[in-house]
Amino acid sequence: MVQYLLRRLLSSIPVLFGILIVTFIIARVIPGDPCRAILGEKATAEICERFVHEHGLDRPIHEQLFIYMGEILRGDFGESIRYSMPVTRLLIERLPTTVELSFAALLVSLIVGIPLGVISAVRHNSWIDVVTMVWANLGVSMPVFWLGLMLAYVFSLLLKDTPFWLPPSGRVSAGIPAAPFYDVWNLNVPESGLLLAFYQFVGRLNILNAILTSNWELLKDAIVHLILPALALGTIPMAIVARMARSAMLDVLGQDYIRTARAKGLRQRVVIMKHAFRNALLPLVTVIGLSLGGLLGGAVLTETIFGLSGVGRTLYEAITARDYGIVQAFTVVIAVFFVVLNLLVDLSYSYLDPRIRLE
Amino acid sequence: MINTEKKVKALDAEALSLNSVSLWQITWRRLFRRRSAVVGIVILGILVLIALTADLIAPYDYDDVLIGKEPVKARQAPCIHMLGCPQDQPQHIAGIDGNVRDEFSRLIYGSRLSLMVGFSTVSFAIVIGAVLGALAGYSGGWVDNSIMRFMDVLLAFPSLLLAIAIVTVLGPGLINALLAIGIVSIPAYARVVRASVLSVREMEFVSATRALGGDTMQVLFRRILPNALTPLIVQGTLGIASAILDAAALSFLGLGAQPPLPEWGSMLGAERNQVFTAPHLVFLPGFMIALTVLSFNLLGDGLRDALDPRLAHIS
Repeated sequence: MVQYLLRRLLSSIPVLFGILIVTFIIARVIPGDPCRAILGEKATAEICERFVHEHGLDRPIHEQLFIYMGEILRGDFGESIRYSMPVTRLLIERLPTTVELSFAALLVSLIVGIPLGVISAVRHNSWIDVVTMVWANLGVSMPVFWLGLMLAYVFSLLLKDTPFWLPPSGRVSAGIPAAPFYDVWNLNVPESGLLLAFYQFVGRLNILNAILTSNWELLKDAIVHLILPALALGTIPMAIVARMARSAMLDVLGQDYIRTARAKGLRQRVVIMKHAFRNALLPLVTVIGLSLGGLLGGAVLTETIFGLSGVGRTLYEAITARDYGIVQAFTVVIAVFFVVLNLLVDLSYSYLDPRIRLE
Repeated sequence: MINTEKKVKALDAEALSLNSVSLWQITWRRLFRRRSAVVGIVILGILVLIALTADLIAPYDYDDVLIGKEPVKARQAPCIHMLGCPQDQPQHIAGIDGNVRDEFSRLIYGSRLSLMVGFSTVSFAIVIGAVLGALAGYSGGWVDNSIMRFMDVLLAFPSLLLAIAIVTVLGPGLINALLAIGIVSIPAYARVVRASVLSVREMEFVSATRALGGDTMQVLFRRILPNALTPLIVQGTLGIASAILDAAALSFLGLGAQPPLPEWGSMLGAERNQVFTAPHLVFLPGFMIALTVLSFNLLGDGLRDALDPRLAHIS
């Protein structure tokens, strides 16, 4: 197990290396001059010269690559040219939004998708099955940005003066106190370093922070703001999960051991949950892992529509503004996140199916 | 059964044409037996028809600004005579867009762009992906390793983000967006082809061709690639669906088709802040995107089942 883990980690090093190089190349070949893109009208030749020198952009390209690699390995993502602050700080500020959003979307897709898929497999060809499959087919076909805008239209405008009204943008309403947990708990917060970064990161996860500080007003407000974006982002994975859960369950339910389980006189519930579902989980987990990439891509669109300053939107803005630091750091973080998630998916196989030994 | 069929197919040129015809016939028959696939084919057929006859159906040109020609305002709601819109007003069944153009005509012309986007990106990706995959699978060794590791790197990025980055490098525009989406979808096809190549590389009919003096090209293109056709067709049909979605997303962000092109994603993106005041301008383009993507998804799923030899007993 440990050996497998080590080997998997080692084998992902070339991929991670490739990711670093690709992001570096992409950031460099983006046409346009970062100085002009960021300073705009103020960019005279003189100022630009100083700007380029300050940011090390006048060194040979391979030297820039080495500097960049070295910095990343030390966990230093450099400075954002546009926001003139360390990229790491920006990341800590923006990442919680995206993490919260993706988790909520994933939760929506699993909580709704799995039961729908399982029920339609158990009641194969019933009206529930037909409705679920029609819905699932529609779900994978809808553009995220369209669904998001339509949800905002229905829940923020049409249902305006009803209890079902939901806010169309932002993470929390103005004026809601959101003291971070380390202040409420009177923790000793270090001036800098990894621990501070961790504290700030957790403190910005509104829902978790609200629970930690028993701030129920903030909790309610944060959840209310999260519903529409999570629904918009979660619908495609929900549809994929429902379809996969259904077909995996149908596969399993036709097996001999299910007939045996029924013949033993086990109750339907036990047969479905213990004997069938556990075996159907394997393909399901694979599909969930695969749809996570789409989730991260969709986050760009969802964050744009619902006015959330998350990683996706920041990255999109950084690309158009040619902010090398952000582009490199955020892409690397997203890609690494993705590689790690896939590793977790692989590891979960042996937990779900003890017959699979990781060697 | 299918396996022996394949071997016979490969050995005998005449049998190839006979056998493949019957295989496709079986596929068609199975495809038409699935209700969802038929729905997909019908929707797609209608869309293709609309795209081909856009000049005849559309009441206006897609870039026909109606200021001064008709008494209409920007972002006017749909006016349909049959549904009680006063007869003295000009009929615009999908309303007027932000630049005072007939939205319905733009939606119709948009079908051309979307279908073109889907087919061209996927063809591009299939051609490059097939060559890379075949090369990797057939050569093995370091060639295989370096090609597939590069594909892994491409796959490590969420596809939309990578497409955004590539478009930024190339500069915004429809053609560059197509190229970006094409590049991003190459790994999927390369993997499919490589897997098929690996599975048939050591089979007798391939050795037989080589023994008969066939060169590498012949073996690859005449013997091995035809075996990758089935998974490629399925992957390609579903790939068109996601290519259309991604292209619409890029255009929505302003990186794809530029105005005045009637691309559904960019039409939607241009009016997205007006969703509360002119919802028809957001709803309709998105609905058309969803409909198009849905038809390809249904067709792709149907093809997958129809071409699956494990389900052969059904027919």
